[in-house]
Amino acid sequence: MSEITATSPGAVSAAASSRYYVREHHPENGTRLGFWMYLMSDCLIFACLFATYAVLGRNYAGGPSGAELFDLKLIAINTGFLLLSSITYGFAMLESQRKRVGATMLWLGVTGLFGLAFLGLELYEFAHLIHVGAGPQSSAFMSAFFALVGTHGLHVFFGVIWLVTLLFQLKKHGLIPENRRRLECLSMFWHFLDVIWIGVFTFVYLMGVLP
Amino acid sequence: MSGHLHKHSHDHGHGHHDHDDHGAHGSVKEYVIGFVLSVILTAIPFWLVMGNVFEDTKVTGLVIMAFAAVQVVVHMVYFLHMNFRSEGGWTMLALIFTVIILVIVLAGSLWVMYHMNHNMMPGMGSGAGHQMHDM
Repeated sequence: MSEITATSPGAVSAAASSRYYVREHHPENGTRLGFWMYLMSDCLIFACLFATYAVLGRNYAGGPSGAELFDLKLIAINTGFLLLSSITYGFAMLESQRKRVGATMLWLGVTGLFGLAFLGLELYEFAHLIHVGAGPQSSAFMSAFFALVGTHGLHVFFGVIWLVTLLFQLKKHGLIPENRRRLECLSMFWHFLDVIWIGVFTFVYLMGVLP
Repeated sequence: MSGHLHKHSHDHGHGHHDHDDHGAHGSVKEYVIGFVLSVILTAIPFWLVMGNVFEDTKVTGLVIMAFAAVQVVVHMVYFLHMNFRSEGGWTMLALIFTVIILVIVLAGSLWVMYHMNHNMMPGMGSGAGHQMHDM
């Protein structure tokens, strides 16, 4: 709490030195909180997309419905990939705390592979949907579906790019404080995407196949 | 908490601060518990839907939503390490604020659009109303 009072304009005169002191000693805290704020705003983007899907998700325009299109076995496998990637990222974080660069990079690499496997299956699903004539332009349902699931997929894609970048930085600089901070932020990002995916598989896929 | 292991790297004695957020990344045990719980909480909804366990699909819908809500909490606690202490409680405050906005956006959209569909339908005639609904 003292950060807030120290940085608020009202307390500047009294706390100029302590503000400086706070910034000197807690840069990571600022990053963590700031990144969390970003995730929360990202969460609102997804909330809007979920709301759009909830409103339009049953408007098939005479086209195929979710029950006819979705292959739940595929989605179950994809969910498994994402869950596994979450725990392997957790192991990477634990290894980074033990200051073991090699093991950290190994677990990060495994996480990235699960992420890529997830993306591969999702792209396969999208290609299949477009192939059978259920592209984004075919109905409001498909538009909302592609917007929501596609946005999540894009997030995973950028997460993988970030992860590969981080692998190079770890290789070059090791577990310096900057890299540990980046690891922490990507950790939050990655687990956050998993949380969004819970909503996606529940609302879009599982409830989509219910009549 | 594992935070105590990291005291040495962070002991600028502020006293009133419980600075374990650096080390608050759980342990192997914590991650494994979270993983096992989320596998169970994922498998049951898939089984409920794929196996047509309940006759009434509304019941299935409500039950899988409940499972999703529980799983979100499990992920928040075991993977994202949410608690009331990290960052002096500000992350939790941001989360609560976001959840409030989220509920307003989702519930509001559904409520308004449902009533719009409901009220538009009779006046539009069956053909036009149907088209409107299917757009």
